[in-house]
Amino acid sequence: MVPLNWYLMLSTVVFMIGVFGFLTRKNIIIMFISVELMLNAVNISLVSFSHFLQDLRGHILVFFIITVAAAEAAIGLALIIALFRNKTTAHVDEMTEMKG
Amino acid sequence: MNYYLLIPFLPLTAFLINILFGKKYVQERAHWVSILAVAGSWIVAVFTLLKVLKGETVNEDLYTWVLSGTFEVSVGFLIDQLTTVMLIVVTTCSTLIHIYSVGYMHGDKGYYRFFAYLSLFTFCMLMLVMANNFLQLYFGWEGVGLCSYFLIGYYFNKKSASDAGKKAFIVNRFGDFGFGLGIIVIFLTFGTIYYEPVFTQIGGVAAQTISFLGYEVNLATLIALLLFCGAIGKSAQMPLHVWLPDAMEGPTPVSALIHAATMVTAGVFLLARCSPIFSLSEPAMVVAALIGAITSIFAATIALVQNDIKRIIAYSTLSQLGYMFLACGVGAYTAGIFHLYTHAFFKALLFLCAGSVMHAMAGELDLQKMGGLKKYMPVTYATMFIASLSISGVPGLAGFFSKDEILWLAYAGPSPVGKFVWAIGTIVAFLTAFYSFRLIFLTFHGEFRGTQKQEHHLHESPKSMTVPLMLLTIGAVASGWVGIPNLLGEVIGIEHSNWFSGFMNPVLGHPEAHGTHAEEWMLMGISVLAGLGGIGLAAVFYLGRRSIPVLLAQKFGFIYRILWNKYYVDELYSHTIVRPTLWISQNILMGITDAKIIELIVNGVPRAIGGVSQHLRKVQTGLLQHYAAIMATGALIIGAWILLR
Amino acid sequence: MPEFVMPDLAPVMPEIVMTILALVTLIADIIFKRKETLAILSIASVVLVFFVLFGTPFKTTFNGMFIADGYSLFFKLIFLLNVVLTVLISMRYLVIERVNFGEYYSLILFATLGMMLMASAGDLIVLYLGLELMALSTYILAGFITYDMKSNEAAMKYFLLGAFASAFLLYGISMIYGLTGTTDLNAISEYIILNGLTANPVVMLSMILFAVAFSFKIAAVPFHMWAPDAYEGAPTSVTAFMSVGPKAAGFAVLGRVFLIAFGSVRMDWSAVLIPIAILTMGVGNIVALSQTNIKRMLAYSSIAHAGYALLGIIAGTGEGLASVMNYLLIYAFMNIGAFAVIIMLRTEGFKGDTITDYEGLAKSHPLAAALMLVFMFSLTGIPPTAGFMGKLYIFMSAVYAGYTWLVVVAVIFSAISAYFYLRIVMYMYMREPKESVSLAATPALGIALAITAAAVIIIGVLPSAVVSFARAAVAGF
Repeated sequence: MVPLNWYLMLSTVVFMIGVFGFLTRKNIIIMFISVELMLNAVNISLVSFSHFLQDLRGHILVFFIITVAAAEAAIGLALIIALFRNKTTAHVDEMTEMKG
Repeated sequence: MNYYLLIPFLPLTAFLINILFGKKYVQERAHWVSILAVAGSWIVAVFTLLKVLKGETVNEDLYTWVLSGTFEVSVGFLIDQLTTVMLIVVTTCSTLIHIYSVGYMHGDKGYYRFFAYLSLFTFCMLMLVMANNFLQLYFGWEGVGLCSYFLIGYYFNKKSASDAGKKAFIVNRFGDFGFGLGIIVIFLTFGTIYYEPVFTQIGGVAAQTISFLGYEVNLATLIALLLFCGAIGKSAQMPLHVWLPDAMEGPTPVSALIHAATMVTAGVFLLARCSPIFSLSEPAMVVAALIGAITSIFAATIALVQNDIKRIIAYSTLSQLGYMFLACGVGAYTAGIFHLYTHAFFKALLFLCAGSVMHAMAGELDLQKMGGLKKYMPVTYATMFIASLSISGVPGLAGFFSKDEILWLAYAGPSPVGKFVWAIGTIVAFLTAFYSFRLIFLTFHGEFRGTQKQEHHLHESPKSMTVPLMLLTIGAVASGWVGIPNLLGEVIGIEHSNWFSGFMNPVLGHPEAHGTHAEEWMLMGISVLAGLGGIGLAAVFYLGRRSIPVLLAQKFGFIYRILWNKYYVDELYSHTIVRPTLWISQNILMGITDAKIIELIVNGVPRAIGGVSQHLRKVQTGLLQHYAAIMATGALIIGAWILLR
Repeated sequence: MPEFVMPDLAPVMPEIVMTILALVTLIADIIFKRKETLAILSIASVVLVFFVLFGTPFKTTFNGMFIADGYSLFFKLIFLLNVVLTVLISMRYLVIERVNFGEYYSLILFATLGMMLMASAGDLIVLYLGLELMALSTYILAGFITYDMKSNEAAMKYFLLGAFASAFLLYGISMIYGLTGTTDLNAISEYIILNGLTANPVVMLSMILFAVAFSFKIAAVPFHMWAPDAYEGAPTSVTAFMSVGPKAAGFAVLGRVFLIAFGSVRMDWSAVLIPIAILTMGVGNIVALSQTNIKRMLAYSSIAHAGYALLGIIAGTGEGLASVMNYLLIYAFMNIGAFAVIIMLRTEGFKGDTITDYEGLAKSHPLAAALMLVFMFSLTGIPPTAGFMGKLYIFMSAVYAGYTWLVVVAVIFSAISAYFYLRIVMYMYMREPKESVSLAATPALGIALAITAAAVIIIGVLPSAVVSFARAAVAGF
């Protein structure tokens, strides 16, 4: 049986990959996918906790997170399309009209 | 019911209406709003008087403004005999002066603004006298000060007016600093700022001393003197008197209301209100009596030689305020308040008459350019003549009764300096009569000395101005009849004729006087003689031989110059305080420390913050990655700090 | 087989009604051509919810997942008030911006529903769902002017950083769940105390992650970076909405989670929040000094105000919490009031959002200038306005909790803030108007301004009703 710690380490690694992806990539879609990666890292840890604790709450929360992430994706893509219509770009470094 | 709330809040409503809708909607009708409100306050004040006469006093907290732990600030009202007298004085004078202003300010550009400020002032003054705690008193105190600066500088295009406003502001800072400190000491000592617990507990702490600047100071004396600082600032006593004569730059109704009848008497009110504190401290009492006496003779002598009609009356106000302080200082609080009450009427009347004269003279203030106005403005002449008789202490008029009571109690009271201040008071009575009638004779008698154009312009003032004059004249004559000395009362067959003293007894107590009837008759005779002598001398000088004063001025040129220059106090302050401060700041602070230390503090700090701001905003690059990186770094630093400590 | 038991729905009634009405508003969009009808409908919905709210019993339901108490009631009142004022100031503004679409109103109602769930959350799952419902709706609102690049940018930045912060929150939730085996706030607190986990690094880490996520919502430094850009770019009415609602909701969950779930590690989270509060006040006030856009300036001001309010949470007492609630209510009035004046200056072809647009406003529009003066005085904290009262109670509660030095710092920063608020007043009253500014005044805007200005003055003069209400609300906490 795979011990809990392995799952948690996997979760942490995926989360960190997500964070670094978010910090380093310029394309909005890739940044958004990095956030999804972070959410899935949380899902891994929640499911494994849930399994080891023999408690259903973790599973329930995971379902909710997946649902919310779907809604989030819809909104995110809508925003990207609106941006793309105005500026034909999906790069964050061209999105610096407001600063200071 | 809290019917008395109407008294301050009617004028407040009038202020709000005028300031919010004055420019667009109310405009020339602004006076209706204010006058109706103040007249309403007057009616409620009279109603309150009737209630208090039945013995119904009020002391209640209406509303807790801030309550956090032991710190409590609330809006509360205390209505006792002292408050009632002040209410009557303030609302009566305020109503009449509002009406007078209709004529006086007619056609002024800021008509609605003037009435708005006047109503705001009335509100603050009423809050001041109706407070039941020191903080609310302080609120009213600063409020009337603020209105006073607004109104002194009302003609803000005139440099002298805005300078005078500034001067009043700065001089009052000195006094109010002490006053504020006094309230803090009270709060620290008693843990409360309400009058009632403070006055009941003050006896227990009177013997305590605290270390103040290295000296052991009696606590009661310390509190009393700190409060006294505020009183001398607001009531323009020595050495903080310099702002009041300059305050005459404001419109004349303002001088009458604020700088004669009400606001400047707030210091006397404070002394009377805090009489339980002052009575426990003999040093504070002696200081009050001496400062009052010195101010009164000092101002009276200056008034002898001035030519500006409003300034003479302003010095006369200083002098009479000195009388009131003197009275409080010898423990005769009742007499002090009595004088405050009679003085409000005849002094407001004097100012309004002066305003009426100015109105006719197209703003001319110099006595030497007037003369013979009697036949052009009979109402003004008659009323001003009666007011001058009253201030001179001619028997039967208001001023006589109050002045006589002060002098008798100073002489016969227990105060260690009583006899001395009595002597000064009597001399001042003589001087007062002299300069008051000098003003009357130079203005209304003899030949007109101004230009032809001015003479052509001379006219009696409109009804809205003369009617208040006539009404105030009734006050100047009759207001003293509620306090006829028992000695005289017996003669005319009224028992306990000093009804006023009995009325105030529950709040201010009854002063002890040790003297025989013969002595009392004698003193009364002396003060009457002093008054009549002053009038007579003025008549000889200015009606008869006009050459005498000129000759005297030449012969005693030195004294004349001192008096003409107001004892050089302004110059003294200029040389000892204003200029050294400027000199030190220019030469030592700017010369030695140069632009380094002071610049650093005065300009450097805002500039440094501005600079930091300019740098900090560069952090916000607009680039999303940077934002995320800063968030992540922040989280990392917090995590590292909490987990690794 | 356990039989099915219907949970007690009475405590959730306001949320149920709100959901139905938000959906009704969404459908009504198809039926009604005039979008003003939807505005009125949404105000009517909120009023209805308001009445339902006061008939709701103080109980917990769904096994403690949902708490209806005085604390949540007070916050829900702030949210409902926020909706009413925002809708009032939006009606004409949306027409001017040419984005008069009906979904605006249902989005506002949905966002508010999310906030209400957050205020009542007794469980981390409910908390997360409420937070996401609020956030997702607000992202769309921020990008509501689809043709405007600034609005796109604001929404995009807010969205990406918001999602980023949510991931931190979820990571925190998963950790505390893994450690304690529960997501119930009270159960977490009990578990930590029973097992002596007050120094446990997992507890600390999860507390820090919560602090990060909530700091993001209340725009506390250094998690505030989204706020200036999002506030500047979003439609002004939405800026008003999100400077009050999500911030108050953030404080609601911050108070509930930190005082209940992490109540036993108070010293540790106050060690986290104190530097955050100081930085927030410092950066907010100092950077606001050099702003030229008034919306951006108010964004930094809103950051600074979050810093003041944090003081009440740091105090950690009931009195502190009550003063935070009191402050947020006052802030709703004064901030939306200020934004209402800004919206009034926005007319066809004139942005009216730079500070120099306010030059000489007192000459051309004295009433608008006077109202702005009241709001600026209140934001500065000059008595007798409500802003002074709010600050006074927060500072007093922090002093009583022993944080006098922190209050001194706050007062110094507050003094700096006078500079940029009063600069607006100075521009309005001491400068000559450069160009003629016309106002887009409507009855609805007038009502909003009247409500906010009256509240700012009345609460300033007579604060005790609001304060004692807040104290009573906290009493059942």
